[in-house]
Amino acid sequence: MTGVLLIAFLIGQSAPKGFTFKAFDTPNDQGNSITLEWSGDTTPIKIVRIFRADNAVGPFTPAKILFGNIHSYDDKDVQDGKPYYYKIILITTENEIIASPVLGPVSSKPSWFDMSKLPLFIVLSFYILVLLYYILSARKGKEIKLRPIAGLNAIDEAVGRAAEMGRPILFTTGLLSIDNLSTIAALNILAHVAKKAAQYQTRLIVPNYNPAVYTVAEAIVRESFLAAGRPDLFNSDDIFYISSRQFGYAAGVTGVMLREKTAAHFFMGYYFAEALLLTEVGASTGAIQVAGTDAITQLPFFIVTCDYTLIGEELYAASAYLSKDALLSATIKGQDIMKAVIIAFLVILFFVAIGAESLAMKVANLL
Amino acid sequence: MKRFLSRTLPLLMVLIFGVLGAIQYFVPHKVSQVYYRTILTWSIGVSSMAVIMAAISFLRYHYKKIMSSEGDTLYSSIALVAFLAMLGFGAFGTDKGSLFYQFYQNIFVPINSTMFSLLAFYMASASYRAFRAKTFEAALLLTAAIIVILGTTPVGSSIFLDKVTMWIMSIPNLAQKRGILIGVGLGATATSLKIILGIEKNWLGG
Repeated sequence: MTGVLLIAFLIGQSAPKGFTFKAFDTPNDQGNSITLEWSGDTTPIKIVRIFRADNAVGPFTPAKILFGNIHSYDDKDVQDGKPYYYKIILITTENEIIASPVLGPVSSKPSWFDMSKLPLFIVLSFYILVLLYYILSARKGKEIKLRPIAGLNAIDEAVGRAAEMGRPILFTTGLLSIDNLSTIAALNILAHVAKKAAQYQTRLIVPNYNPAVYTVAEAIVRESFLAAGRPDLFNSDDIFYISSRQFGYAAGVTGVMLREKTAAHFFMGYYFAEALLLTEVGASTGAIQVAGTDAITQLPFFIVTCDYTLIGEELYAASAYLSKDALLSATIKGQDIMKAVIIAFLVILFFVAIGAESLAMKVANLL
Repeated sequence: MKRFLSRTLPLLMVLIFGVLGAIQYFVPHKVSQVYYRTILTWSIGVSSMAVIMAAISFLRYHYKKIMSSEGDTLYSSIALVAFLAMLGFGAFGTDKGSLFYQFYQNIFVPINSTMFSLLAFYMASASYRAFRAKTFEAALLLTAAIIVILGTTPVGSSIFLDKVTMWIMSIPNLAQKRGILIGVGLGATATSLKIILGIEKNWLGG
């Protein structure tokens, strides 16, 4: 085999016709990586041997041996800024040997911008500008009207009902940690519910799944009771940690529902299979139930078992809607505008795709 | 000073780390990766502290329940004993064959599976409520559900309902899922921007 490789080295000063080899700095990375690619008409590749050198005349030392029909390799054992030279030898399943010419010099360098994320960056920048425009408009006093959302109106109704019945409210923030946006949206709603509960002098129970969320939820409820002018009603024992086990948590929360006879249940945030366990038991107690989630797989269960459900983006809009704050509401207007832009864009692309297809068919018929 | 620590400082930190987090997503450079790993390490550290707080909360909650003798002390007693026992067993190792492992496998896992299996019954009762064709939408839901259920059975395949099922799942169902996901993405971005700019302060208690 060594002899074969040596011959391949000697004769392989240029790639066979129709076969290309490339060596280049791996794009959009943190550096220390050179990408090698090879392609061409051949039977499947069996073995790839990669040799590397610091200069064009060598000596080339084995850098990697790959098995299988592979067509690229990222050499991550390189130093940024240092030039490297490569030779690649391919052995096909029919024992044909294809040797590359000397590739290089090529050196790696870190990228300051991930170009593969450029489309997202452009769309995001446009969206942020739209949001900022409406925020600034609201700051100047422009009135923003919001369409009524039944699920959001039901939040105050549920708190009111619990107050009338003199029974506690139960609020859960889902199963994800504090770094998840749906949890943050749930905590924003918790602040509003806590203020209402304090105003109506109603007990608020917040059982938690995640330790980090528990600590934040306790602080939020305490601050909300303080903001509502009723710090005396705040009971830290009502915001507690149950378990970080999915069904252990579900068992704990359903136990609280049955023992404490809670009158209003809020299920906000992200849920998994325990969603139905929680809401079915909740429904059986006769409590008013309001859910809000962006967990698509659990939405049908919430819709079936809860009185009101905030679907997807309504969860994020809730805080702004409930606070009636003009600056917060302004972003909802921005969201609607962006949705309209996306819909228009999709419709245009739809017709362009149809037009392109029919044009291609006409050209094919002509030929 | 209290206001600075409870309001101004958190808002300032959110602004700085929020902007840096957004920039980091688009920058693959080593500097950006080092920053990301540092933030991750910090968040693990903070989470570890939260676990201690949560354990204290757990113990306090059940201890008070037992002491208050409200009539439901049994479950709290079991929870406390189980917590302390597993904590003790865990101190001597969690490897296969250890007491911790034996209790986990032979007590916790079966209980967990039992809870999960309850889901089947809850699903049946929830479906019963959902599938009562009282309105046009409910009737539509019922029809779609019957087709999808039958379409995934051998009977359904024999009468070509599998193809209708595939169409329902891949066209109208997928379209609404994508619609919701686009809305969620826009909502999440708007919420992030509001928090970073300090417009949304509810997470600080309003």
